[in-house]
Amino acid sequence: MALSKIRSDSMTDNAIQSNRNIIKNGAMVIAQRATSVTGVTGSGIRVIDRMYPEISNAGTWTQSQSTDVPVGQGFVNSFKMDCTTADTSLDPSHYNILGYRIEGIDLQRLNYGTSGAKNMVLSFWVKTSKTGNYVVNIQNIVTGGTSRTCGKVYTVSQANTWQKVEFPIAADTATAFDNDTGMSAIIYWWLATGTTYTSGTLSNTWENISNPNIAAGQTVNLADSTNNNFYITGIQLEVADSISTPFEHEDYGTTLRKCQRYYQRLASDGTYDALMDGMHLVTTQFFAMHSFPTTMRTEPTMTGSGTFSVLSNGSDKTPDSLIVNRATIDVIQTYSAMSGGNVGVAGHGGQIRNNNDATTFLDFTAEL
Amino acid sequence: MIIENAKYHALDGDNTKPNTSITCTIDGKSCSVPIAEANTHYAEIMRQVAAGTLTIEEAD
Repeated sequence: MALSKIRSDSMTDNAIQSNRNIIKNGAMVIAQRATSVTGVTGSGIRVIDRMYPEISNAGTWTQSQSTDVPVGQGFVNSFKMDCTTADTSLDPSHYNILGYRIEGIDLQRLNYGTSGAKNMVLSFWVKTSKTGNYVVNIQNIVTGGTSRTCGKVYTVSQANTWQKVEFPIAADTATAFDNDTGMSAIIYWWLATGTTYTSGTLSNTWENISNPNIAAGQTVNLADSTNNNFYITGIQLEVADSISTPFEHEDYGTTLRKCQRYYQRLASDGTYDALMDGMHLVTTQFFAMHSFPTTMRTEPTMTGSGTFSVLSNGSDKTPDSLIVNRATIDVIQTYSAMSGGNVGVAGHGGQIRNNNDATTFLDFTAEL
Repeated sequence: MIIENAKYHALDGDNTKPNTSITCTIDGKSCSVPIAEANTHYAEIMRQVAAGTLTIEEAD
């Protein structure tokens, strides 16, 4: 039966518009690398895909995928930062920030740098043991130019209680987001920092970046006690004038594919699982190939962990190396030198697999 | 990012062919980094080379 009439309540933003959330994995459901990592003192993605903490001499932390979530919102996971070694007196330039990096091609819908630039709203849920004032800001990283920033102070007045924060961001008609696959914007949730970044005045409209202004208004040092923790989930960045729409939940597979653009793991389930098929081009060289399930942002870095072997002619042989020989954003070809008793037979096929080590995996990283 | 023991890999292990990747350790992990400007590890390697804090051994 043909649809003859569309109800007006089906025309609202949250009813019919999909793909409005620019943030990938905002519900913290994907954690390809690990679900918990202890002893973190540095920067990088270790747990939740796309969530990029940056820590510089500001305590030691356990990062984990938590099941503590705001009730009734449809979330099942949050990202938890838990302080395990305190830093009660931060150096002025030290910091602990939770970051999220955005590709330029994902920001073009905002028409920044034109008279038609659109407003947006950043919304998220937080819960923390430490009350006080926190800063969140977004930065436009301009290649070859002056980067821009816009921020908001939000107050946590009740400890250990989930609250939703909304950050309306007025359009910037002056400066465009770079239209490429590089990092064009970063969102920073400040957890702790010194006066290098707090001694000025925070701008809640876009301005050129000046270090003293970036996190001005941040009064909390979340690193000052091992009793401190911070949870976040439900991050959404969308085109909107002043109020966010409900969080756009999506199926697990869709979110996983989005995350695999930046990182994917080729892992074993059990001992001797195959990872890649290949062949001996000559006796001392084995070449293997893997097609990525999702096109990656750029040719990825390959990192191996575990015990690898080349299975050929019915026996496992230890390769001298496992190196990227050719890479595209869709396919990787590896090169392994073989020597001594591990040489093969030219023209014979085989596979790279784990050698009785089910923990073996290959990581492919194309992060921003 | 601490990058050490960097060495070029030439296509097909033949040093008469172009280099296609760099093997190295990054923060203690063994990595193989393709020569691709958009790869952030490659960009960081080149930044450290330009700064004079890292050298890359030629391919075998």
